[in-house]
Amino acid sequence: MFDQQLANGIFLGAVYALFAVGYTLIFGVLDILNLAHSAIFMASSFVALAMVRHGFPFWAAFVVATCFGGALSVVLDRLAFAPLRARGVGGGSLGPLISSIAFGIIVVAVMRGIFGPDEMGYPRGAVPNANLHVGHAAFTMMDLWVLVVSLAMMVVLSVLLKATPLGRAIRAVAENTKAAALLGIDVERTIALTFLIAGALGGAAGILIGAQFNAVSILMGQRIELKGLAVIILGGMGSIPGAVLGGFLLGLLEVFSVAYLSSSYRDAIAFAVMFLILIVRPSGLLGRRAARAA
Amino acid sequence: MPALVHFYALHSKLIDQIGINAIFALSLSLTLQAGHLALANAAFGGIAAYVASLLSISRGWPLVVTTLIGAAGAAFVGALIGMPVTRLRGVFLAIATIGFGEIALIVENNLSITGGAEGLSQIPNETTTWKIYLVLAILGFFFWRLRLTRAGWAIAAVREDEHAAASFGIDPSRVKFWTFVGSAAIAGIAGSLYAHENFFIAPGDWGFSRMVDILVYCVIGGVASPWGAMIGAALISILPEVFRFLHDYRDIVNGIVLLAVVVFAPQGIAGLWSSDRRAPRLASAETPTEVPAIGEQ
Repeated sequence: MFDQQLANGIFLGAVYALFAVGYTLIFGVLDILNLAHSAIFMASSFVALAMVRHGFPFWAAFVVATCFGGALSVVLDRLAFAPLRARGVGGGSLGPLISSIAFGIIVVAVMRGIFGPDEMGYPRGAVPNANLHVGHAAFTMMDLWVLVVSLAMMVVLSVLLKATPLGRAIRAVAENTKAAALLGIDVERTIALTFLIAGALGGAAGILIGAQFNAVSILMGQRIELKGLAVIILGGMGSIPGAVLGGFLLGLLEVFSVAYLSSSYRDAIAFAVMFLILIVRPSGLLGRRAARAA
Repeated sequence: MPALVHFYALHSKLIDQIGINAIFALSLSLTLQAGHLALANAAFGGIAAYVASLLSISRGWPLVVTTLIGAAGAAFVGALIGMPVTRLRGVFLAIATIGFGEIALIVENNLSITGGAEGLSQIPNETTTWKIYLVLAILGFFFWRLRLTRAGWAIAAVREDEHAAASFGIDPSRVKFWTFVGSAAIAGIAGSLYAHENFFIAPGDWGFSRMVDILVYCVIGGVASPWGAMIGAALISILPEVFRFLHDYRDIVNGIVLLAVVVFAPQGIAGLWSSDRRAPRLASAETPTEVPAIGEQ
C-alpha cells in the first residue's frame, strides 16, 4: 500500500513539477503570472494526440508537440506581453495578467472548435503501457517514461540556466532588464527564448499527462492551472528548484491524503497549503528572490 | 410601447443577467479602486447565495431579508479572510484569494447542507428585473457619492501611492481591509439575486471562470471606474448573444476583445471619453515596477 502510494505520488509530482517549472520560469524572469501557460499545456496535448491518431509514433508526436508548445508560447509573448512591455507596463500589474487570460481564452476556444468539448483517448497500443513492478508498487511503462522525461528536462533546464551564455542572459534579464540591456544582452531575444523554453516544458507536461492518464480534454488546462499556482507558491515564486520540490511535495501530499484521510477534500489540500504558505511564509520554501525584495 | 414590452418579454432573462453581472462588476471595482487585485468575489457571491437560498427554502423569508443576511455572511467571511490576506501585495493577494475561492468551492461540493455537487434547487424565484435595477441604482448612487467623501479620497490616495497616502495619515491596510469586506458584501448581494433568479445553484457557478468573467467586465469597462464596470458587464453579457452564429468559436471574440482592450486601450471603455488625468492606473503603464512581493510587515 505504502509503496504503491509513494510511486503514485512521485509520478503525479513529476508532471506537476514539469508544468510548474515553465510557469515559475516566466514569473522569475518577467514577474508575470502567465495564466495562458495551462492553455499551452492543453493545446500541446491535443496536437500530440492528433498526430498519434494520424499514425505517427508517440515519440515523434511528443517532439513535434513539445516544439508546438514552445512556438505557441512565443506567439503568446508577441501578442499579449511584448506590446505591454514596449509601453513600459511592468510585471506585477494587472495588464499582463489579463492579457494572458485573454490569450488563454482564445487558445481554449480554438481547440474546442477543432476538437470538440469531449474527452479523448489515445488509440490502443499507441502509448507504451506494459506493466512493471518495483517492490509492492505496480505501474506502467508510460509512468516510468513520464518520470524519466520530466527529470531529464528539468536537469537540462538547470544546466542551461547555470552554464550556458543563454542561461546567463536569462538570469541577467531576470535580475535587471535595463542593466542587462546595457551589458549588450539582446533582451527581447532572451525573453522570446525564455518563452520558448517555458512553453516547451508546459507543452511536454501536457502531452505526458494526457498519455499517462489516457485522457486529453479541453478542461485539463483549467484543472492544472490553479494546482500549478499552489506548486510555485509552495516552492517559492520564481524558483526553479522550488517548483520541482513543490511539484513532488504536492503530488505526494495529494496521493497520501487520499489514501489515509479522505478523497473528497483531496483538491483542497493544494489550496490550503498554498493559503497557509502565503500567510506564514510568502517567499515559499526556496524563494530567495521574493524574500529579498521584501 | 408594445415593441418595448415585446423586447422585454423576449430578453428579460438577459436583461436580468446584465444587471446581476453589473453588481458583481461593481463589487470587484471597489477593491480595484483601492489598487489591489483580490479575486474572491465569485466565492463570496456563492457563500451569500447558499446562505440566502437556504433561508428562503427553509424559512420562507422575503428576498430583502435573506439577501441582507447572505451579504452579511459574505462580509463576515470576507473579514476573517481579509485580516491576513489584505497584507499581501500584488500577485500574492490575487493568488491567495484564488486559493480561498477554490477551498470554498470544495467545501460547498462536500457539505450535505449545500447539496454537494448536485447543488441546491427549488430556490423561490423572487428576483425580478426592478429589484435588480433598484439595487444597481442604489449601489451606483453609493459609488457616485463615495468619490466625494473622505473614505473615497482615502481609497483613491492608496491606489495612487500607498506611501504618500500613509504620510497623509491614511492607513493603507485599513483601506484595503474595508474595501475587501465591502466588496465581499456587494458580491454577496449579487450572488443572492442570482440564486433567486435561477431557482438553482451549484458550486460550479462560483468557480474561477466566473471570477475571470467579473474581472473581464471591470477591465473592459476601465479598471476602477464603477461606470465602466457596469458598461463592461453589459457589453460582455451581450456579446455571446450577438455572436451566437459562431457556435463553438464564439469565445474567441471574447478573448480578442479582451486582448485588444488591454493592448490598445488600457483605460478601458471609460478611458475612451474620460479626460480625467487622474484616471486609475492599475492596468496602464505607470504601475510601480518593483517586484510584486509579499507582506508589508
